[in-house]
Amino acid sequence: MPIAAFTWTEFAQQLAAGIREGAIYAGLALAIVIIYRSTRVINFAQGEMATFTTFIAWSLMNQGLTFWEAFPIVLAIAFTGGVVIERTLIRPVENAPVLTIVIITVGLALLLNGLMSLIWGGANQQFHGPFSTRTIDVGGVPISVQDIGIVAVSVLLVALLALFFRFTKLGLGMRAAAVNRDSSRLVGVRVSWMFALGWGIATVLGAVAGMMIAPVVFLDPNMMQTILLYAFAAAVLGGLDSPVGAVVGGILLGVTITLLGRYVGFIGSTLKLPAALLLILVLLLVRPGGLFGKVAVRRV
Amino acid sequence: MRTRLWLELSAFVVLAAVVVLLPRFVSDFRARELAIVGMYFIALLGLSVLTGFSGQISLGNGAFMAIGGYTTAILSVDGFYGHQVRDLWTIPIAGFVAGIAGLVVGLPALRLSGLYLALITFGIAVSFPQLPKEFDHFFGGTTGKILNLAKPPFGLSTTANNWIYYLTWGIALVLLVAAWLLVRGKTGRAFKAIRDSEVAAVSSGISLGRYKTLAFGISAFYAGVAGSLYAIANAYVNPDVFPIILSVYLVVGLAVGGLDSLFGMIAGAALIYFLQNHADTVARWLNHLPALSLDPQKPGIPSVVFGIVLIAVMVLLPTGVGGLVRRLFGPLTTRLYTRS
Amino acid sequence: MSLLELRNVEARYGPVKALHGVSLTVGDGELVAVLGANGAGKTTTLRAISGTVRRTGDLVFGGEAIPGRTEATAKAGIAHVPEGRGTFSDLTVWENLRLGAYTRRGGIKDDARRVFGFFPRLEERRHQQAGTLSGGEQQMLALGRAMMARPKLLLLDEPSLGLAPIVVNEIFAALERMKVQDGISVLVVEQNANLVLAHAARAYVLEVGTVVVEGTSDELRANESVRKSYLGY
Repeated sequence: MPIAAFTWTEFAQQLAAGIREGAIYAGLALAIVIIYRSTRVINFAQGEMATFTTFIAWSLMNQGLTFWEAFPIVLAIAFTGGVVIERTLIRPVENAPVLTIVIITVGLALLLNGLMSLIWGGANQQFHGPFSTRTIDVGGVPISVQDIGIVAVSVLLVALLALFFRFTKLGLGMRAAAVNRDSSRLVGVRVSWMFALGWGIATVLGAVAGMMIAPVVFLDPNMMQTILLYAFAAAVLGGLDSPVGAVVGGILLGVTITLLGRYVGFIGSTLKLPAALLLILVLLLVRPGGLFGKVAVRRV
Repeated sequence: MRTRLWLELSAFVVLAAVVVLLPRFVSDFRARELAIVGMYFIALLGLSVLTGFSGQISLGNGAFMAIGGYTTAILSVDGFYGHQVRDLWTIPIAGFVAGIAGLVVGLPALRLSGLYLALITFGIAVSFPQLPKEFDHFFGGTTGKILNLAKPPFGLSTTANNWIYYLTWGIALVLLVAAWLLVRGKTGRAFKAIRDSEVAAVSSGISLGRYKTLAFGISAFYAGVAGSLYAIANAYVNPDVFPIILSVYLVVGLAVGGLDSLFGMIAGAALIYFLQNHADTVARWLNHLPALSLDPQKPGIPSVVFGIVLIAVMVLLPTGVGGLVRRLFGPLTTRLYTRS
Repeated sequence: MSLLELRNVEARYGPVKALHGVSLTVGDGELVAVLGANGAGKTTTLRAISGTVRRTGDLVFGGEAIPGRTEATAKAGIAHVPEGRGTFSDLTVWENLRLGAYTRRGGIKDDARRVFGFFPRLEERRHQQAGTLSGGEQQMLALGRAMMARPKLLLLDEPSLGLAPIVVNEIFAALERMKVQDGISVLVVEQNANLVLAHAARAYVLEVGTVVVEGTSDELRANESVRKSYLGY
């Protein structure tokens, strides 16, 4: 296994890039976990919803708005969109088998992907993010401002979310609805609306992730597809029930994949995802619930 | 319960009759299309056994199809120690090779359940297309392998497409019977017990390890046979023939068919084939509705149509076609005891 | 006029009818028991009141008819402690209590203090995960959570289930104090008939989804068939 020449500077750069990748996965993984925790549904359309909202941002910016002017508008649209989708597509079948609901999200993903091609075309678009691409010197290591910005925005978002869940009544209601629907109804929590709220928040998270990654990878309808896979892997790695796990899993995965890709010779770009999944499999064999997940203790 | 048995037997007879007679009424090309539906049907039968009956999610059965397809291709082209194998005989071999792979996958799957299992099987689906590119000497890389065109065996005078149709559906009917017997028997009961409650199954003495891996092996065998038939029909294999999305489409077909309804899988197979390949027809048909004008040629329309139809089917039939059939025929086969 | 009045309430689980016309009343500040064997419909009666299961028939609470939705009954002042307690095991004791007061605003800290007054053990464990509490403590938590809603009527389903007698006595003692201090009415479903008749003013006996015997505790204890079937002597 040939290991390429090693310098600490480059290592730090790779680490920074890995953290930035990981922050994107973390955002999307968190969205997946929020929906999964409350409704036990894996939303296959999470990535396409994120790309869709990013396209909306792009359109607004083409109309003359700056990024930060468009940002809150897109978040509002994302939140509303998430709530509307939950109310119209998910709520009518909430008592159906989980697989049915998951397939509906697959249909939604296909629908959104097609719509994006239809409305905005399939070509790659330039997306001008809010952060400049110049590098600054951090302790002798050149790190791009954009990477720092992306990580900062993601961290801020996760922190806000954590505060929301921990300290507000609504956040508590959402957590309660996720762990015990019946008891939640008995204390007056409107469980159905908690699910809609969850979808709204998840869509906002996806929108932010999309707007963060678009400047880096070019915007096109298929932008989020591979990232969604990494986000699933990150969510499973962290334990599907655990928001903390999603974030930690995302960062860990981002760093691992970047470092593997750079320092382990034969893992080129094609084998990055399979290698990551293999590592996750090994971990799951040891800890079947992921890093932070709960595995129901079986008393036979 | 006797009524149910009679209903299923009659359904099978009707199906067999339709299979035999249909090519006389449809075009040669349509026969080929129906053959591919048959291949999806075979794969879905296997997936139904795994997910519908033993409760284990797999998002990776497309990879087992690929294993079957590549086995057939390699044996037909490169041969076994120099002897090229006749394409027909490769079918069971492909099935067994895929089945062994399934058993191997089933082993680590024992420790995982639910979505953790889904992700790992999806990982297999994602990783597998990379293998032919990495080991291109054996697998033919991105160009893949090219087989001889399928020919009917000596003595049968029929078109190539009709031959493939009968070959596929003949195998499909046999495998349907096999699956049906399996789920009605002891193994099937063990599967259902595991699906409904692993804890209770273990307490009843059912070996989780044996049955769970067996389910994977069986579903992989079926998928391998389907993949092999597809390779024969296609006359070539390469990584794009069995893409990642195939595994997703299989689960879609499973849900539309109705999870544990073997007969329902026909509907699932038909849906995934026709939506993939005839989205434009559906678009043109939808244009008859007022206020809609969909240009089937524009990019994205096929996906939009596929998505809308899929959502509509799942919202209207949450338990799939199988569930609908059960609801319709249910009153015939169950007697409700009411306490007055 | 009674606080709660059920008139000919029926309920079903799918095709199976569980309640065939149950009528009962609970007065202000009264502790009323519902007895019966397994499957008699006791739990279903409570569920019909709190709206967890769909019902037909009249339900009048505080003089007004109540719609069948769970969130509505919670807001109207009925607190239901289900069979098995229904604690949020992943959340802390304090969070469980906080959820009890979900439909209310203000005065939450005071109410929590009162609950801790009844159950000091909960205060010691306020930041502990509810799932790690003992059975008795979880029952106290469930009661405390119900109290946080400042309910007028408390529905209790098998509070003594799985608990040691000394803990059960503690719980019923707390119930008595709640009844006296706050004027709460309680409708208790219990299998342990001896225990609950010692605390209840009146009781109903359910069999196969209907009321077969009703009366004061003394009347029931004097009733020959009730004694033989449910009191064991």
